[in-house]
Order: sequence, then structure tokens, then C-alpha cells
Amino acid sequence: MSEHAAIGKLKQKFADAVLDAVEYRGETTITVKKEQIVEICKFLKEDLGYNFLCDLCGVDYLGKSPRFMVVYNIYNIALKDRLRIKTPVEESDATIDTVSSVWGTANWHERECWDLMGISFNDHPDLRRILMPADWEGHPLRKDYPVQGPDREPYQGRLQ
Amino acid sequence: MGVDQTLGNNVITTSLDKLVNWSRSRSLWPMTFGLACCAIEMMATGAARFDLDRLGILFRASPRQSDCIVIAGTVTKKMLPVIKTVYEQMPEPKYVIAMGACACSGGVFDTYSTVQGIDEALPVDVYVPGCPPRPEGLLYGIGKLQEKIMNERNSFGAVIGVGERISEV
Repeated sequence: MSEHAAIGKLKQKFADAVLDAVEYRGETTITVKKEQIVEICKFLKEDLGYNFLCDLCGVDYLGKSPRFMVVYNIYNIALKDRLRIKTPVEESDATIDTVSSVWGTANWHERECWDLMGISFNDHPDLRRILMPADWEGHPLRKDYPVQGPDREPYQGRLQ
Repeated sequence: MGVDQTLGNNVITTSLDKLVNWSRSRSLWPMTFGLACCAIEMMATGAARFDLDRLGILFRASPRQSDCIVIAGTVTKKMLPVIKTVYEQMPEPKYVIAMGACACSGGVFDTYSTVQGIDEALPVDVYVPGCPPRPEGLLYGIGKLQEKIMNERNSFGAVIGVGERISEV
């Protein structure tokens, strides 16, 4: 199978930023550095035609370094082509630039990512909680967040 | 012969409490308020096959006109203040039916975001278990609530300002 066209173009334009490119079962995943994420996304949208951000989400690889991964699932509506961009984010500096200036829909996706994962987005126009109550403390989709909430004894199983 | 009907044969005697209880239990107007999949069963109970209207139960679109609220579904911590507000807007006397496993106990959602039973916030009169309960289950629960209302004492006195309504299970 030939290499996805976007890989070569990204490597050509952002040679330092591309960390890894994987093709698996017809899905292309490109890992890039977070410093240039806005330029990369702008290039992908304006020059390569990925005009739709299907989803933006955070992944918590607790115990690994870097701990977090921000994942952009993008789609080229004209060519019916999907692409996945991943960006590692350190726990000590869990921030990344917002891409809401590129795709407007990223606004709410980034709010969700911040709400549940605690990854904050620089220059975001309106970084508030979106799913949890406004006065909630903590980010519940982090792997080290107790599933039954911080104020309850964790469930030990029926037999104990 | 037999009982002497001094008032004529189209007059019956009863207590005022019973009259009030009878009218309350036979015209339970629940708040139109659904939270999750249990609301679908609640709607099915209200629709043609099970037909809550025949029991005098009409869903009202305003808490001001309701005297019963069916908590039909999962109560999240974010939704709880809304439910409390709706409940507080209802006029007395008011009754709460917890419908389904989630409203009774949190159900399978033993998580940070879910209220572990609506009885943490509201005084529940009837619990209807099931996931979700079938319309027959909700009908049975409503029947139980009607029984409970019929057994209340001093319901007339409470209306005219003499003492409190006494509800014993």
C-alpha cells in the first residue's frame, strides 16, 4: 500500500515537527510536536483540504511520559479521506495551543477535553467546563481520578 | 325494613378527610419530566395501551399545576439542582415516585457524576424498581401511591389550617 499523501507533504513542510507516521488497516496516524500544531492544522485545512474536524479528544497514558495525547480526527469532505493527528502533551505542562481559529468546532471539543482531561488550551476564546457542573473540582476522565468520586470509599467488590 | 335512609337514597355520608383523599388520589397530576430511558416507559404508560387518563392522571407541563413528580431516569449531579427547583415549585401536597433502578439507588451508574438515588434530595413516596420498569410496574406504583394517599389523616384539617396532614405507611 502506498504511503498516504499527507505524510510526505507534512514531512516536507514541517520536517522537525513530524515525530511518527503509522498506517494501520487503512487508517493513517501522524504524530507531531505540539509547538507547531496550529500551523500544521492550518496547512492541513487550507492546503490539503481537511475541512472538517470530526473529533478532538485527549488520551491519558498514565505512567508513560509524555502522559497525555491530544488526538485530532480530521476529514476531507471533498475527497472522503480521513486523517488522524496525535500530539504528545507532558503532564508537567499540560497545555497546547487552541485550533479553534482553524476549525470553529474545536471550541467545544477543547472545552470538553479541558473539562474531563485537564489539558488546557492556550488562547482559547471561552475555556469553561462544558459537561461537568461549573463548580466541579478535578478532571474525571483522568486515569488517576477515582471512578466513584473523591468523596466516597472506592467499591471493593461484593465478596469483601 | 333494612337500613333507614333518612337523607334519601341518593345521598351518602363520609368523612371530609376521605373526600379530600379520594379526590387527591383520583386526580394525581404528574409533572411532565423525563430524564432517561425510564421516561419512555412512563410515556408508554400514559399512552393508549395503558392509558393513565382513565385513572385521572394527566401529565401537566407546569410544576405549578402538578402534585406528583415521577423521577424517571438517571439523576446526574448536574441535573439535581434543576429537579430540586421543579420540586420546590410544585404546590403542596406533593408526592414523589422514584421510577427505575437509577432513581431508586443510582443503578449501574455507581460513578462520580450520578446521584446515588433521588432520596438523597427529595422525600420519595413510592419506589418502582426495574431497568426500566414496565408500564405495569409504574401502574402498580401509582396504585400504591393512591393507597397511601387514601390512608392519610387530617387532610381536610390541614387545608383549613387545623394541624398537619398525617401520613402513615
